[in-house]
Amino acid sequence: MAYLDLRNLEKSFGANRVVRDFTLGVEQGEFVSLLGPSGCGKTTVLRMVAGFEQPSAGSIRIDGQDVTALRPNQRNIGMVFQAYALFPNLTVAQNVAFGLRVKGMSRREMRARVEEMLALIGLPDLGGRYPFQLSGGQQQRVALARALAPQPRVLLLDEPLSALDAKIRVALREEIRAIQQRLGITTIFVTHDQEEAMALSDRIVVMSGGAAEQVGTPFEIYNRPATRFVAEFVGTLNILPTTVEDAAAGRVRLAGQAVALDRPLPPGPVSLAIRPEAVRLGRAPGHDVVLPARIAEVHFLGAVIRLRADVDGTRVALDSFNTSDMPPPKAGSAVELSLRAADLIALPG
Amino acid sequence: MKRLWAWIALALGLVYFFLPLIGTLEFSLRKRRGEYSLDAYVAVLEDPKFQETFSYSVIMALFTIAFGVLLVVPTAYWVRLRLPRARPVVEFLTLLPLVIPPIVVVFGYIRLYNTSSILPLTGSAMGTNVLLMLGYATLSLPYMYRAVDTGLRTIDVATLTEAAQSLGAGWVTILARVILPNVLVAVLSGAFLTFAIVIGEFVMAALLNRPAFGPYMQLIGANKAYEPAALAVIAFAITWACMGLIQLLTRFQRHVRVAR
Repeated sequence: MAYLDLRNLEKSFGANRVVRDFTLGVEQGEFVSLLGPSGCGKTTVLRMVAGFEQPSAGSIRIDGQDVTALRPNQRNIGMVFQAYALFPNLTVAQNVAFGLRVKGMSRREMRARVEEMLALIGLPDLGGRYPFQLSGGQQQRVALARALAPQPRVLLLDEPLSALDAKIRVALREEIRAIQQRLGITTIFVTHDQEEAMALSDRIVVMSGGAAEQVGTPFEIYNRPATRFVAEFVGTLNILPTTVEDAAAGRVRLAGQAVALDRPLPPGPVSLAIRPEAVRLGRAPGHDVVLPARIAEVHFLGAVIRLRADVDGTRVALDSFNTSDMPPPKAGSAVELSLRAADLIALPG
Repeated sequence: MKRLWAWIALALGLVYFFLPLIGTLEFSLRKRRGEYSLDAYVAVLEDPKFQETFSYSVIMALFTIAFGVLLVVPTAYWVRLRLPRARPVVEFLTLLPLVIPPIVVVFGYIRLYNTSSILPLTGSAMGTNVLLMLGYATLSLPYMYRAVDTGLRTIDVATLTEAAQSLGAGWVTILARVILPNVLVAVLSGAFLTFAIVIGEFVMAALLNRPAFGPYMQLIGANKAYEPAALAVIAFAITWACMGLIQLLTRFQRHVRVAR
């Protein structure tokens, strides 16, 4: 059994089923993200693990112990909130010491632990400050230290970076990941930001409508999305006009071109999709599918040139790297796009 | 032109408020014929009855405040946290003491808790004190509840509660270490208002026949000339000192608190 074991979790508020049949095993030391649009149930799952919501059905086990019926303060779980939730009447050091005091730790041990935690988050000198004297990023780091101080079994992060501005967000997420790996603490991270989820996680759970659509490593989620929802939610995707000729043999027609895939397609209606970065402008070695296209838009972004081209009436986005000796194509010019059949993603429906 | 009218209105207001006060103050200083003196104040302060009733009322006020805090803070907290729908109802209930006259309340008490009832609180002095304290708590409920509820509005009650819970804290710890300290200013302003109400209250104390400051003021007023004026000035001074303390504490707390 996994270290953190969520089995068949259900949660309904009245007639509204917010979480349905959610099962997930998280190994010790693993960093798992719950990713999905707002209202997909990800926060509710997290709150059930924390004990703030009682599941309508299903069970939650931590390290073999069934905690489903335990109150939040009996679960030994650390939580970091989007709104920091530092106690405004306590100093930074007192905030970090809160959980230790509740545990009844001795004063001397407590002081050592608080110092250790403040050093861990890189704010060793701010123990005497009050929360309102800190920036958002500092407050969230203190909140992390406070959650980690009592050595919780599981760390829960509820969109901890959403309230911060972009630069601090990236710096802090790297810091969170580094601390998590150093301590080897089992972590669940809730976010609606796919980039955050991919940069941080060992595994990602993409959620939609209260259920897990796909569970996998960032690499799997991005390159082999299991459903149309996952494919469209994670990253940008071009859906190509597809006619299936022989599903079992993997023979299709793409924009009028016959293409042979190296794998059979699932029965039923299928469309093929491709990531912008897998499409090349012009012919390229190994890119066996060549499609005629007309450039519709050119967006020069510096390192990357994002192009939009019309392929047989369908708008396809592609990225090409900027090289100083090759100016970008003009809008309206006829070009060829090439791609590898192996990069095509088959989506049901 | 507009300015001028504003100033005139302000001046009229000030005269309306302060003239009677100045008159009372002036009168209270005229006990000795032909010159100003503090004789009336000395007479009042030296009166053992004054000391007795005043300290009785102060003690009652302290108990009322303690009871009020213990009743109102957890209630207001719980209503905000778990029963937000019940807030209008609870607010209405806390406002009832303003529309039901104390005389009605106290007659109700006497009927309910007289010596031949199941709970004969009026049978002993201590029981009557408890009853009076409960009556005071009722009278101060609108002020206490409003103050605390406003204080709770300035903090994120739900998230702070969850943060404390995830750190292992139970309800008592949450209330004592997270909620109460953050609404302390509000609680104190409620406490000072309670203090002012209890010190000046007459009807309940008189009808329950307790030696409180209110009935004493009435007695002096009915029997002496200059002393009531001195007492009135003293009572004003106490009230204003309370108000000043609220201001002071609010300012003092601002260094520690808020700003998210």
